[in-house]
Amino acid sequence: MSEGQKPRLAVFKFASCDGCQLTLLDCEDDLLAIAGAVEIAYFVEARRRMLDGPYDVTLVEGSITTDEEVERIKEVRRQSRFLISIGACATAGGIQALRNWADVSEYTQLVYATPDFISTLAESRPISDYVPVDFELRGCPINKGQLIELITALLIGRQPRVPAHSVCLDCKRQGTVCIMVAQGIPCLGPATQSGCGALCPAYNRGCYGCFGPAETLNPASLGQQLITLGWKEADVSRAFRSFNGYAPAFREASEQFEK
Amino acid sequence: MTEKHINVDYLARVEGEGALRVKILDAQVTDVQLNIFEPPRFFEAFLRGRGYQETIDIVARICGICPVAYQMSAAHALEKALGVTPPEGVRPLRRLLYLGEWIESHGLHLFMLHLPDFLGYESAIEMAGIPELRPLVEQGLRLKKTGNQLMTVIGGREIHPISVCAGGFYRAPRPAQLQALAPDLEWGLETAVETVRWAADLHYPDFEADYEFVSLSHPDEYPINEGHIISSSGLDISMEEYEDHFSEIHVAHSNALQSRYVNGSGEGGSYLVGPLARVNLNFAKLSPTAQETAREIGFSVPERNPFKSLLARGLELIHAFDESLDIIRHYEEPRPSRTKLPARLTPGEGMHATEAPRGLLYHRYRVDENGLITFAKIVAPTSQNLKRIEDDLWQYVPGVMDLPLEEATLRCEQLVRSYDPCISCATHFLKLDIERT
Repeated sequence: MSEGQKPRLAVFKFASCDGCQLTLLDCEDDLLAIAGAVEIAYFVEARRRMLDGPYDVTLVEGSITTDEEVERIKEVRRQSRFLISIGACATAGGIQALRNWADVSEYTQLVYATPDFISTLAESRPISDYVPVDFELRGCPINKGQLIELITALLIGRQPRVPAHSVCLDCKRQGTVCIMVAQGIPCLGPATQSGCGALCPAYNRGCYGCFGPAETLNPASLGQQLITLGWKEADVSRAFRSFNGYAPAFREASEQFEK
Repeated sequence: MTEKHINVDYLARVEGEGALRVKILDAQVTDVQLNIFEPPRFFEAFLRGRGYQETIDIVARICGICPVAYQMSAAHALEKALGVTPPEGVRPLRRLLYLGEWIESHGLHLFMLHLPDFLGYESAIEMAGIPELRPLVEQGLRLKKTGNQLMTVIGGREIHPISVCAGGFYRAPRPAQLQALAPDLEWGLETAVETVRWAADLHYPDFEADYEFVSLSHPDEYPINEGHIISSSGLDISMEEYEDHFSEIHVAHSNALQSRYVNGSGEGGSYLVGPLARVNLNFAKLSPTAQETAREIGFSVPERNPFKSLLARGLELIHAFDESLDIIRHYEEPRPSRTKLPARLTPGEGMHATEAPRGLLYHRYRVDENGLITFAKIVAPTSQNLKRIEDDLWQYVPGVMDLPLEEATLRCEQLVRSYDPCISCATHFLKLDIERT
């Protein structure tokens, strides 16, 4: 960090819903402490003052979907000491990466009456496909506690502690009875990284993969289990192909079960 | 010939990416463009072929600030399409979840996005660094937090909640979980009343426009999830008739479609949705405390000053706290929490509109016998307001263009921010019917 002054924080947005940067504003109890510990140099959703780089820590939300964004992320990288991509869009291409399996010009025609006005790339891709990224914080949306852990770790100069185990372990820890075993509800928990607090099983529904692929997973075996529970192969394919569908392990699984 | 430009390359303190361009030639405004450069994400296209329950999770991702609005419009539209009625007790719980989102979104906008303009600061972060203003910012954050707490208890988390489904809720909270929030909501109610009283004395630029207000209306309650669509010029239609009266136009400078109100002669005009429209059209349905506070500060309808949408948001905050407390007092856990749907369905089409924090949010879906979406159309509040924002600027700029450029620019930004535009929302919807000339 810069000597003798507060580290400079920047927040940049690409194609996204704004939810991950909103997570920072939703840290109601800690926001003012964070604002005191760092200089929030660039955060357009929160402040009108926009300071030029370089920045010590840059949080990047959203995926890359246009030529302009390709150029902009390169400039952001040049201006940033630590560049952290936050959320499923930035780390995996987001739900808008569903276009990667379709013909985007068809999409444009479906949505816009005058497609010529629209400029867009054929694929939605994660930040790391264009520039080196120092850390990826997963989630759709990211988890508040993990965001604060990340910022704290960077401020004191240690590795952030963000577990990569599956949702299953969290269910066991929380005492949530396995909904797949006990109720036969299809669940992506065994293949999905922890981070949400194993919310869905606790709410009586299957995990749908917000935090992307877990560190070790066996999607082929999980897919078979889901079929045993009554899903068709197309259902398995769609389940893997959502918010983190373009993350390699989920992408392969979705293609494997695609019929 | 003197040429002057008011340009804002990247509008701050709004959700999403937009720019503002105003051109003035010889003291005449010659062009106004709200340029939406937020890239499109094509939700309506990729929803085709997805399951109806997945759709509720997917449309939430259109907007991190108002995911519940998308889930609510979608759940109701899909239930209509599939002919399913949720169990008793789901209705008030959905209202409560939505009120949580109103509190969070209005709290965020009022204190952090809009208020700095009125007090002469560039952000709430700057305000927090000034000792006498810090308590105000802290109050705003705590107010916003109470809304987030409501959403977290009912929805699992505040951004992209996970409990809503077609048919009801995957799980409903226990009464004790909601009752535990009552003290914070009571604090919120008092604080919202104080905030509105305090905000009444802010300086509001002297400006009025001749708005066509559009919102839902319900015979018994302040409109949120149900009702019919009305306007200040006397329109009164069912949700099913929405597309007969409102159309969307794609303009070159924007990745968002702009909506027009189509009148009898077939001409399209702009219209206003959101808190100011709702309060104007539904004042008598606001909670007694909200109405009393409005009278106390001299806020009466019709109110046509867009800057005073800050007060409209404040009044809706009072209402939201009031009604939340009321729902919690009478809450009984719905059992079951949802009506389950059969695997084999009757294909159908459903359209529904709800009141998002920023205004009317319309969805229409067609679903096939396997529960897969074959058609989706979504019209976001901000795309409905875009044309109205430009019309306001045409009228407002002549009154401020002689000010120093920096000041004139700030005033224009303040006007745009009055709408609480959500540009992320506005770029993702539009029209699926292809119309070519």
